[in-house]
Amino acid sequence: MTSTDLTTLNSARDRLTSDGSVLRLSETEAEQKSGYQAPTEEGLGERMIMNMGPQHPSTHGVLRLVLEMDGETITRSKPVIGYLHTGMEKTGEELTYLQGATNVTRMDYAAPLFNELVFSLAVEELLGIEVPDRGQWIRMLMSELNRMSSHLLFMATNGMDLGAVGMMLYGWREREEVLRFFEAVTGLRMNHNYIRPGGVAADLPGGWEEELSAILDIIPDRLAEFDLLMTGQPIWRDRLQGVGVITAEEALSLGATGPILRSTGYAWDLRRDQPYLKYDQVEFDVIAGSFGDCFDRYSIRLAEIRESMRIVRQIIEKMPEGDYRVQDKKVTPPPRARIDESMEALIHHFKIFTEGFKVPEGEVYVAVESPRGELGCYIVSDGSSKPFRMHIRGPSFVNLQTLPHLMKDSFLADTVAIISSVDPIMGEIDR
Amino acid sequence: MSDAETPSIDDAELAEESVEEVPEEELPQPELLHGVPVSESRGQVVLHPSREEYVALVASLRELGYWMCIDLCGVDYLGYGPNRNLPAGVAPERFEVVVGLISHSDRSRIRLRVQVPESDPQLATLFQIHPSVENPEREVFDMFGISFDGHPDMTRILMPDEWVGHPLRKDYELGRIPVQFKGASTAR
Repeated sequence: MTSTDLTTLNSARDRLTSDGSVLRLSETEAEQKSGYQAPTEEGLGERMIMNMGPQHPSTHGVLRLVLEMDGETITRSKPVIGYLHTGMEKTGEELTYLQGATNVTRMDYAAPLFNELVFSLAVEELLGIEVPDRGQWIRMLMSELNRMSSHLLFMATNGMDLGAVGMMLYGWREREEVLRFFEAVTGLRMNHNYIRPGGVAADLPGGWEEELSAILDIIPDRLAEFDLLMTGQPIWRDRLQGVGVITAEEALSLGATGPILRSTGYAWDLRRDQPYLKYDQVEFDVIAGSFGDCFDRYSIRLAEIRESMRIVRQIIEKMPEGDYRVQDKKVTPPPRARIDESMEALIHHFKIFTEGFKVPEGEVYVAVESPRGELGCYIVSDGSSKPFRMHIRGPSFVNLQTLPHLMKDSFLADTVAIISSVDPIMGEIDR
Repeated sequence: MSDAETPSIDDAELAEESVEEVPEEELPQPELLHGVPVSESRGQVVLHPSREEYVALVASLRELGYWMCIDLCGVDYLGYGPNRNLPAGVAPERFEVVVGLISHSDRSRIRLRVQVPESDPQLATLFQIHPSVENPEREVFDMFGISFDGHPDMTRILMPDEWVGHPLRKDYELGRIPVQFKGASTAR
């Protein structure tokens, strides 16, 4: 698949374990050492430890960076996280499988449907049920739209971080088009709780094709505007090209996935390489870069919006008729209309929503390709109606490890471009 | 690479055959893959190395194409029933460290479950093989109190430095705020 071999991988690994781009200090130590002037062998410049964040316009939430600076150059750095930690994995152990989706959806709040999807897939794998075709295609439609909205948000924040303030508004405007569709389908703009174990919460509303087609007609023109505003603009290119470079070997060693890994030219996309849902029945290209710099990561996301639109068009054509959720009485509550006329249906509904359904013992790991990379869910079930352990492998959490490496020997002014290009979502990092 | 894997699969078959040859042996021989007991969970391959075999196994799997350590997490099995889906010969312990490896060339995944006893919650780090475990190992240390020998920065990552206790342990007390409804005489 690629030319990567073990020798280059080994050298990348050795570099990463010994090179020291990561500042390994506890908070107290960093505080003590801030402003110190350590004598250097070359006698060059003065070194100091600087704090950036957690409240900073470009830290995308509450990411704090401790930077070791040599003049204006970053020598080592360390991301400090945990400011948004709310113990969602622990909370997940207290919620039934049906409630679990409401919990996980709040992790990566820019791509909530992916969280629900990976959780539901894991539960379904444990239950051994298969969602009907229409349910799977609806899931696929919603996740591709969510990928678009997430990348549009990236366009907005990336533009703003680099001083293209107008982009903030344009990206947000386009994202709103997609969120309006989400609201029509799920009732909410974010944190939908739409994809649930067993299928989706509701069928697509009447006229969804027209509504979607309208969105798909608007966005290509707007993306052309993005190209005009940013892609070809010399200042934009100067800010991003050659900044924050990473090689494929380093990305693999650091566990980076998604656009960061693909920007190095390593075309790995779970949608194509380990297909889930019905991704083997649609046609799309996996976008890969060649230099592994911030500009590649930006272009990949821009191109992925176009690919997602291509997938959505195919889904509109191929959407099958049928059930949108599995007709398994153990998992699926009865239809609303039945509750009014049948006592049994009411009891059934009540039991599913209070006790939940029991999931057989076992453990399973399921992964999907979220806009940020591999989003995984590891669930251990003890046979009760609540997960014994629910672990989310957040792509941002792992991708964040590339930050010190990307920032090594770059200027302080570039940190903003680099953080932005990693596109971290703190809700998912801290969970 | 498949050539390199073939002998180990043969080993597994040999191990099965040896069970048939020596039926009088009391303990059933575990099925082996890459030299360690293997089990299957919902179609996913799970290896069960001991703490001593763990690092060497990950290193040899890396040579076989499992280049990327995709995930590392802890599980506290306190209070779990007897049925933990462990192959014969693997004694259950309270903690488990679960490692997910991925091979891009044959698009396969493999999972490792390492038993870590409560009395001695520590494990060797994978940092020298997969630098990607740096954050996940710190998280396991933070949440379960399992420390990783040789990790360059074994400090808390999500909780504050001065925090006491490890929140994802099953015996970690959950904080609850009593709900006071209007007019209620006692807190629930």
